[in-house]
Amino acid sequence: MSEVLIKIDNILKKYDDNVVLDGLSLDIHEGEVVVVVGPSGCGKSTLLRCINALEPIQGGMITFRGEKIDGRSKTITALRQKIGMVFQSYELFPHKTILDNIILAPMKVQKRSRADARKEAEELLDRVGLLDKKDSFPRQLSGGQKQRVAIVRALCMHPDVLLFDEVTAALDPEMVREVLDVILSLAKQWKTMVIVTHEMSFARAVADRIIFIDQGKIVEEGTPSEFFDHPKTERAQAFLQTFTFDKVEKEA
Amino acid sequence: MNWEVIQSYLPLYEKAALLTLKIGWLGIAFSIILGFVCAIIRHYKIPVLHRIVGIYIELFRNTPLLIQLFFLYFGLPKIGIAIDAEFCGVLGLALLGGAYMAESFRSGLESIEPIQTESALSLGMSRTQTIWHVILPQAISSSVPAFVANIVFLLKETSVFSAISLMDLMFTAKDLIGLYSKTIECLAMLVIFYLIILLPVSIVGSIVEKKLRFAGFGE
Ligand SMILES: Nc1ncnc2c1ncn2[C@@H]1O[C@H](COP(=O)(O)OP(=O)(O)OP(=O)(O)O)[C@@H](O)[C@H]1O
Ligand SMILES: [Mg+2]
Repeated sequence: MSEVLIKIDNILKKYDDNVVLDGLSLDIHEGEVVVVVGPSGCGKSTLLRCINALEPIQGGMITFRGEKIDGRSKTITALRQKIGMVFQSYELFPHKTILDNIILAPMKVQKRSRADARKEAEELLDRVGLLDKKDSFPRQLSGGQKQRVAIVRALCMHPDVLLFDEVTAALDPEMVREVLDVILSLAKQWKTMVIVTHEMSFARAVADRIIFIDQGKIVEEGTPSEFFDHPKTERAQAFLQTFTFDKVEKEA
Repeated sequence: MNWEVIQSYLPLYEKAALLTLKIGWLGIAFSIILGFVCAIIRHYKIPVLHRIVGIYIELFRNTPLLIQLFFLYFGLPKIGIAIDAEFCGVLGLALLGGAYMAESFRSGLESIEPIQTESALSLGMSRTQTIWHVILPQAISSSVPAFVANIVFLLKETSVFSAISLMDLMFTAKDLIGLYSKTIECLAMLVIFYLIILLPVSIVGSIVEKKLRFAGFGE
C-alpha cells in the first residue's frame, strides 16, 4: 500500500463534558478516497475540522507526512495549505469576485504573481465549466456553481488532500450531480480525499474505503461492496436501513 | 426678517461654521480610527485591553458630551495638563465618537459568521491575513449605515462646544443674540448653517448605502 499521508492516532475530542470523538484512529493513504458516513451528530464534521486544526483535540495526535498538526504551532499555515477543505455552505468570500476568491490565497499565502494565479484559476474554472462566471460575485451564482468554485478555490492551492464536508447537502437535487461529477473526476486523477456525505450511491462510486462512525468511534470499515452489501455490525445495518424504503402496502 | 442683518452676520457665521466643520471632521476622523481599534480589541477579546475598552465604551456612551468636555477642559488643567479649547473639542468628540463607532463596528464584525474565518484559515491564510482580507471588508460595509448615523449624531453634538468657549456656530448665535437681540435672524441662520453641514452627509450617506446594497454582495 502507498505511503500514509494523514495519521489519526487515538484522538479524543470533547466539547466541555460532551465526548465527540472517542479514541478514534485512522490512516489515510496517498491517493486514497475515504468516505466517512454515520448518523447525524456522530462527529463526522468534527473529525474533518480536527484534521486541519480548526478544532483543537484533547488527546491523541494527528500527523501529516509525519508532522504533527497543531493549531497553535508556527507551521500550521504551511500544513493547512496542503489540506484543502470544502464546506457544506460554500463559504466563498461574498465581497470578492469569483476570480478574486480563487486567487486570494495563492497570491497572499503562496506569494504567487497575479498573472500566474489567474492563469491557473481560469484553467480550473474552465474545467468545471464556469469560466464565464469569473467576474461575477458569489451571490450571482447558484448553489451548485458556488460549490464548484469552492472546490476550484481549494484546488488552486495545490493541496495534497481535500476534505469535503457534505458539500451537496445544501443543494437542490438537480445541482447535486454537477458537484459530484467534479469530485468523481478528481478521484480519477488519484487525488487523496476524505469525503463526508449522505449520498450513498455516490459514496459507493467514489470510495476506496468506507468508514462508518457512530458515537465518536469507527464502528465498521471496508470497501464499498463490503460495507453496503454485507455490513457486519448491527449498527451499520440499521444505519443503511434508513436509506431504503419498503414498498408501501396500501390498506384495503 | 431683516436681510441686512443677515448679510452683516454672514461672515461671522461662515467663520464659525468652518470651525465647527474643522473640529467636527477631525474629531470624527479620530473617532473612526479609535472605534476600529476598540472594536477589534473587543471582538477578538484581546486580554486585559478588552476590559479596559469595555469600561471606556460604557463610560463615554452613557455620559453627555458636555460633561466629558468639562472634565477635559476644566479638569485636566487641575492635574497639570492644560489643553486649548480646540484640541479639547477634537479630543472630546473623538472619545465620544470612538465609543459609538466601536459599538457599530463591533456589530458589523459580529454579523460575519465564524465559518468565514475558518474557510480563510483552511486556505492557509494567517489570522492577520484573514482579518485583513476577509473579515474587515465585510464588517466595514455592513457597518456603513450605522457609521453614517454616528457621523450625523457627532456633527450635531458639536453644538455643545460653545460651553468651552469655542467660537462655533452655537457660540456665535448666542453671542449675537446677546449683543443685538436679533433673535429670529440669528436662530434662522443657525438652523440653516447646521442644515448646510448635515444634509450633504445624510445624502451622501444614503447614496453610499444604496451603492453598497446593489453592488453589494450579501447572500
Ligand atoms: N462548537 C460546538 N460546541 C459544542 N458542541 C459541538 C460543537 N460542534 C459540534 N458539537 C457537537 O458535537 C457532536 C458532533 O457534531 P458534528 O457536527 O461533528 O456531527 P456530524 O456527524 O457532522 O453530524 P451531521 O451529519 O448532522 O453534520 C454533536 O453532538 C454536536 O452537538
Ligand atoms: Mg456535519
